[in-house]
Amino acid sequence: MERLHWVRHRCRQLLAADSGRGWYSAPDGLPTKSSLETHSSPFRFSGKRRTVFARHGPRQQEYEATSKGYQGNAIRTTKYSLLSFIPMNLFQQFHRAANLYFLFLVLLNWVPVVEAFQKEITMIPLLVVLTVIAFKDGLEDYRRYRFDKRVNNNIVRVYSGKQKAYIDQRWQDVRVGDFVRLSCNEIIPADMLLLYSSDPHGVCYIETANLDGETNLKQRQVVADLPLQGVEFTPESFHSCIECENPNNDLSRFRGYMEHSSKVRVGLHNNNLLLRSCTIRNTETVVGIVVYAGHETKAMKNNSGPRYKRSQMERRLNVDVLWCVLLLIIMCLVGAIGHGLWMAQLKDPVFLVDAETSPALAGFYVFWTMIIVMQVLIPISLYVSIEIVKLGQIYFIQNDLALYNEQLDSSIQCRALNITEDLGQIQYLFSDKTGTLTENKMVFCRCSIYGMEYPHEENARRLQVYEPEENEVAGRSLTLKSGCSAKSLSCRSLSCNHSSVSLHTLTAESEEEEDGLPGHTQPRTSAFCSRMAKEVVPDPELVRKLNCLASPVLPLSDGSSGTPSSLELTYIADFFLALAICNSVVVSSPSQPRHVVPEARTPLKSLEDIKLMFQRFSFSPFSALSTLSPPQTKDSPRSFTSRLFARGKAGSFTPAAIPTTTKDGADPGQEADLEASNLRHKLDSPGSARVEGGDRGNRKVEDRETEDEDKMASLGGATEGLEDLTRELDADSNADDELVYEAESPDEAALVHAARAYRCTLRGRSAESLLVELPGIGCLSVRLLHILPFDSTRKRMSVVVRHPLTGQVVVYTKGADSVIMDLAEAPQGAEQAEERYSHIRGQTQKHLDSYARDGLRTLCIAKKILEEEEYEVWLKRQLFAETSIENREELLMESAHRLETNLTLLGATGIVDRLQEEVPETIEALQRAGIKVWVLTGDKQETAINIACACKLFRPNDQFLTANCGSKDACEALLQELRLEVERSGESLTEPSAGGRGGETSSGTAAGFILVIDGRTLDWALQEELKGDFLELSRHCKAVICCRSTPLQKSQVVRLVRDQLSVMTLAIGDGANDVSMIQVADVGIGISGQEGMQAVMSSDFAISRFKHLRKLLLVHGHWCYSRLANMILYFFYKNVMYVNLLFWYQFFCGFSGSVMTNSWVLILFNLIFTSVPPLIYGVLDRDVAADTLMELPELYQAGHTAKVYVPSMFWLTILDGFYQSLVCFFVPYFAYAGSDVGELSLGSPINTSALLIILLHQVIESRTLTWLHVLVLLGSSALYFAFVLLFSVSCVTCSPPTNPVGVETLQMSQPLFYMVCALATVMALLPRVLYRALHNTMHPSDVLKAAQMDKLDPERYRRRMQHWNQTHCRTKRLPVCVDNPGLEPGLEPGTGSVVS
Amino acid sequence: MVKEEPEFVNRPDNTAFTQQRLPAWQPMLSAGIVIPGFVLIGLAFIGIGIALFVTSQNIQVLEKDYTGVELNSPCYKCSDSNVKNCECKLDFSLDKLFEGPVFFYYGLSNYFQNYRRYGVSRDDDQLSGDLANFKEPSEDCTPYQYDSNNSPIVPCGSVANSKFNDTFELYQIVNGAKKLVPFDGKGIAWWTDYNVKFRNPDVVPLRNAFNGTVKPIFWSRPAYELDPSDPANNGFVNQDFLVWMRRAALPDFRKLYRRITEGDYATGLPAGNYSLEIAYNYPVLSFDGRKKVVFSNVSWMGGKNQFLGIAYLVIGSMCVVMSMVMLIVYAKFKFPEDE
Repeated sequence: MERLHWVRHRCRQLLAADSGRGWYSAPDGLPTKSSLETHSSPFRFSGKRRTVFARHGPRQQEYEATSKGYQGNAIRTTKYSLLSFIPMNLFQQFHRAANLYFLFLVLLNWVPVVEAFQKEITMIPLLVVLTVIAFKDGLEDYRRYRFDKRVNNNIVRVYSGKQKAYIDQRWQDVRVGDFVRLSCNEIIPADMLLLYSSDPHGVCYIETANLDGETNLKQRQVVADLPLQGVEFTPESFHSCIECENPNNDLSRFRGYMEHSSKVRVGLHNNNLLLRSCTIRNTETVVGIVVYAGHETKAMKNNSGPRYKRSQMERRLNVDVLWCVLLLIIMCLVGAIGHGLWMAQLKDPVFLVDAETSPALAGFYVFWTMIIVMQVLIPISLYVSIEIVKLGQIYFIQNDLALYNEQLDSSIQCRALNITEDLGQIQYLFSDKTGTLTENKMVFCRCSIYGMEYPHEENARRLQVYEPEENEVAGRSLTLKSGCSAKSLSCRSLSCNHSSVSLHTLTAESEEEEDGLPGHTQPRTSAFCSRMAKEVVPDPELVRKLNCLASPVLPLSDGSSGTPSSLELTYIADFFLALAICNSVVVSSPSQPRHVVPEARTPLKSLEDIKLMFQRFSFSPFSALSTLSPPQTKDSPRSFTSRLFARGKAGSFTPAAIPTTTKDGADPGQEADLEASNLRHKLDSPGSARVEGGDRGNRKVEDRETEDEDKMASLGGATEGLEDLTRELDADSNADDELVYEAESPDEAALVHAARAYRCTLRGRSAESLLVELPGIGCLSVRLLHILPFDSTRKRMSVVVRHPLTGQVVVYTKGADSVIMDLAEAPQGAEQAEERYSHIRGQTQKHLDSYARDGLRTLCIAKKILEEEEYEVWLKRQLFAETSIENREELLMESAHRLETNLTLLGATGIVDRLQEEVPETIEALQRAGIKVWVLTGDKQETAINIACACKLFRPNDQFLTANCGSKDACEALLQELRLEVERSGESLTEPSAGGRGGETSSGTAAGFILVIDGRTLDWALQEELKGDFLELSRHCKAVICCRSTPLQKSQVVRLVRDQLSVMTLAIGDGANDVSMIQVADVGIGISGQEGMQAVMSSDFAISRFKHLRKLLLVHGHWCYSRLANMILYFFYKNVMYVNLLFWYQFFCGFSGSVMTNSWVLILFNLIFTSVPPLIYGVLDRDVAADTLMELPELYQAGHTAKVYVPSMFWLTILDGFYQSLVCFFVPYFAYAGSDVGELSLGSPINTSALLIILLHQVIESRTLTWLHVLVLLGSSALYFAFVLLFSVSCVTCSPPTNPVGVETLQMSQPLFYMVCALATVMALLPRVLYRALHNTMHPSDVLKAAQMDKLDPERYRRRMQHWNQTHCRTKRLPVCVDNPGLEPGLEPGTGSVVS
Repeated sequence: MVKEEPEFVNRPDNTAFTQQRLPAWQPMLSAGIVIPGFVLIGLAFIGIGIALFVTSQNIQVLEKDYTGVELNSPCYKCSDSNVKNCECKLDFSLDKLFEGPVFFYYGLSNYFQNYRRYGVSRDDDQLSGDLANFKEPSEDCTPYQYDSNNSPIVPCGSVANSKFNDTFELYQIVNGAKKLVPFDGKGIAWWTDYNVKFRNPDVVPLRNAFNGTVKPIFWSRPAYELDPSDPANNGFVNQDFLVWMRRAALPDFRKLYRRITEGDYATGLPAGNYSLEIAYNYPVLSFDGRKKVVFSNVSWMGGKNQFLGIAYLVIGSMCVVMSMVMLIVYAKFKFPEDE
């Protein structure tokens, strides 16, 4: 017994270690292994160790001595403190090349021979830039500071030595060695060892979603051999000392030992450690001792900083900045050489200051002077501006109502701040399927039992119309807010919303609020126990049959009217029992937060009594039930069911009944085989002889049953008391109807909920037993003998239980259809049964196929009855496997394989993973936008294809190319063949393969190719030799679906496409398995809300629905890209234009580096007078209205065909800048040439017209002008005029070499000034206006045409929009593709594939 | 029950600004929109152009080069740099009235007053009358900070040092007799320079302020004796000095020397013969410079300048032509997507 207990404990451990992985993830034995290692050698340490004593325990001195060096629990994630801010920040900032350039200029200006301006003036740009950035950094840091403070001030109950009680303390005051007491739903403040749990088994459950995004519960175990279990833990008596390894960041490893005062050492491992920022679940109270605190906790050690990604445009930008540098150097060289020559030809004039300097040296000096003078050519302020603009863009993205999800009260999170414009250039989109395209809310949809399909039409209808209902739920739920938002951004390791809502308050909540609550207190469970999943509308047919099971009226008729045979009823009952128990679902109910311990419940006890009673009564434990069943007349539905299950046994003792039993199928037949093999021949022969048709047989069964009932009736009196008990129990169970299932995978939850909808309710689970409520029977305790957990090689899981009614050992298996169908073998023997069974199999297979076609996830349910001896034999092997240390995995696997054979197929389920709303529309829009959508999923091929089809990833006439290969050579051949095929048809269709980057959508009706590739083939295809072929092939395909792909493969695919095709990629996913892909892609998007936060944590943007992608890319991406691109071009233009004014002047001042402007104005011109309009332009410009962009996704292509910011545009802009500066300089020059104009007086009209030109240029370039634009433009010019006027009035000696006094006032009082400015401005802008007007009229771009449409009245807008859609994409909207003939060939993976 | 509003803490504000729905004007340039603009601008420019051109045509300018490079030039003898205190006489005749007020300029060519190091070489504090800077002129003034005896130069710096020092006297030859045309030397400098920027130290008499300083090397007279005829026109507020200190923007420039606004010549210079007597001091030949005198009258748009008028006319007519081109384009390409 002892041994068995230990085994079970180990089983649980394994489960806990394994439970992190859902149904789809690859098996990786690492956690298990490590826990094993810890077991075998707990005292091996790596590196140094730390010793922990209780802080308020009896060993005070030792505590004082050891814990000095240990950090407290306060955390500080800020980069700076108040004192260190300025030096630290400066130090950080000077790591940037741009700032170094500024610094270099400042220093250069200190060299007397090259000094161009006053020393302080050159410092202004640097100071401004540094201040702006410092301000931004400071603000960010302050936010972090406030966040830290909030976390640090969380309250937790800590044991106080003085008061000898647990008192409230702030998190930051928690120290290593403190005893911390936590209640359910509280967040763990520090890494601590679990010393006490209110659970009698000493376990406690934690949820690590805050840490790693995994949403299932993990079990933690109280330190072994603590003598304190059961009674309340007393900190005073804690004499032990803890030795453990030094803090590290390995979440899955913890080693150490606890030494009791008796010098006994107990090993500690990961299973004893409660990690900071995890949440206690399902456990009322736990006490732990803190071993790591604050920054030494594993959570903090894993906390990585924010992401920094460099956008593609930024890379382009850097190239152009280099061009500018080159331009600057050329200009300075011209200046230097010019000055040298000028000096050389001078013959000692009066104005020469020092004749000693040789012309060459003077030229050299001038070179540097010119660099200072023309510094603005390098648009350093551009970098700052871009940062500011991106912040602005992000502000608008975050504030977009269309990206806001009311149900979760979360809007988009922008985690990477500097890649907004990449959103506008996406060419390839890699999407996860489950949870991204679909809701990852599994809803039981259809099932097939006993070869009969139950379409659950009502359910399907409800699924379609559920939307408003859910909205209503959202509307009602008060408390959803903290679900996602609190975990945003830096919250990573410390979800600090103090969500330790006490359970008592929870129970006090009304039922109304209950619906919303899971989303709040347990965000994770909301996925699996959503209203949707809970509310399965049962199929009426099935309900009727189930009612037969429960009803007192026996199905006597022939089944022609649909009355089920009793065999079918056993199938149905077994099926639902399997659904209810064959899982690892943890049950909790709000009223009973703790793990439900069935043993503690009285009804169950009485049930045990009943059983005992049964057994006492009976001559055989199995026939007892049937004989003891209560009479029919009583309202006791249980009776029939019991009989049903018992009948097999009873039959073996009643030769008369044997034939019918065998006829009914494999299940009872098998039992009979096992139980009474001596009777087999008897069983077989009459069975086959007697049964000609199912109907007649059925009647026979009923006849027999009537006999049985008569027999039972005689014994009815004995069960009177039992009936009362059952009724009590039923009443009791109705009381706490609100059960919460916490499942590893949503499928499991869906199945359990489905079973529950049929009143087959899983009520509780403990290590040894399950409490199940069956319809018409009540609560039963099912003894759980084994769980063979799911793994992805077996693709199934099994439970071994003792059947509650028959007492037999039964194996229930649930798994992928492909596996189960193979394992479910027809029983040998009875031909009739075999026939019947193969009929069931055939039917089920048919149903499975149809489920798969409809995009349902299919699972098969099977069972097997084990003989006691058989079980004993297997148990021995299993125990051996469990206890062996070497080859444990293999042995366990083998053991499982041995068990899971000769299964009896009960039925199959179809679970729908509903598509998220608007997914097809979104995908269609993205495809029209020229984005190639790849679906990378771990799902199997059929499901993937179906979901992809439902998403409208394909058009009806698209052709499937399926690649499933067994070997590399085959793969190579296949790839080449497919490529040839594609190219051949590509030629005939003249598909744009050269311009294949985006032209697909415009190719309209031309059939595209869809490549479907499975994980194994993908492996080959990703190899060095084949990836070229693969890429070439996939480039020609409209879409690619990679199924059965691993996380690694996902990231490999993304990397391959990104690097080899050098395209902009976007990866979107929701789960931990998408993280690598998200990180690799240029833009990573995480879907928040369903599977924890891990994907979100690694993403650049986190959205809550897939449909948000449409607006994010098509509208915001487009806007951000065009805005930023235009702004960058404008910046270049502006700088070139302005700097060239100074350059032209050099030709008239002997290239001496003189400027015709006051140096203040010169510096501030760029920094202040013309800096805000481009920012506004970059943040607010809107080339096309959002609605139009959404309607016409084709417009998106402007981004990735990069029409806006391309080298030619850059040079055109530079050229325009040159032209404008020429005009702007030479108009005043000629107007004033030969006159008595002073230096600054010439500069005044030049500056003014430059300002006007630059601002008006922006007006021409910008597509929208709002009052903000007008305000800023007017403000800028007003500021300029105000400044220069004020300056010319007040600056008497402030700008030493120049004499600005009175310049502007005088100039602006003269009409000539205005004449000159007007002429220069008009002349400078004329070509651009002309070009724009002509180009827009003659070759309007799509964007422009669309923009013109915006201006139309709604009626014409609609008409034009239709017209557009007809001309631009001759694609028709697809019908729903379930009835889509184009899909058919794809479903048989034979069409294009070479399987070898 | 449940209140609607406070639930959605993270819900973005639904304002026109945050949702980027601000009403906006879209300046989409197309032929249709541009045509009227072009016509208007074109016509306006042509109008302005005509006005400017006519005004400019009406301005009379008389330029006389007196550098003395050519042999036949009256000032040829003076062009030799070895000749000191040379005087030459420039005779010219006007065949019609030169309308007044006549501005009399001196002009220099190839003279780079905008040379950076030249322009920097001054001490604004000194020029604003700061006595401390009399003793210690700014570093900027080097090499005209101290003379060879290490005495501070006031006004220091290259700009002041190179002050133009030719002087002119204009005589009308009336019946063979010379009749002095009175020059008005007041108010030729900027009001702000005279009243705000440049200040003499508050020392009376002014020359005391200059004790211990030396005059600029090129100067023949110290600053406080620049204008013997008018004591108020001395020191840093001397009008000629002020005009010189306003550095010219371009290497070919002219600077106002005097105005002719008084007496018989208030309405202009009558037709007749004139003789300009020049005290030729300023060396320009060393750098291939030229000196000239310019008589000009001014209009509302300043001096004579053909460029602006012509440019306005050209641009104006270009706009008109363009608008016609646009019209054709517009007719041809009008809403191509409509069909």
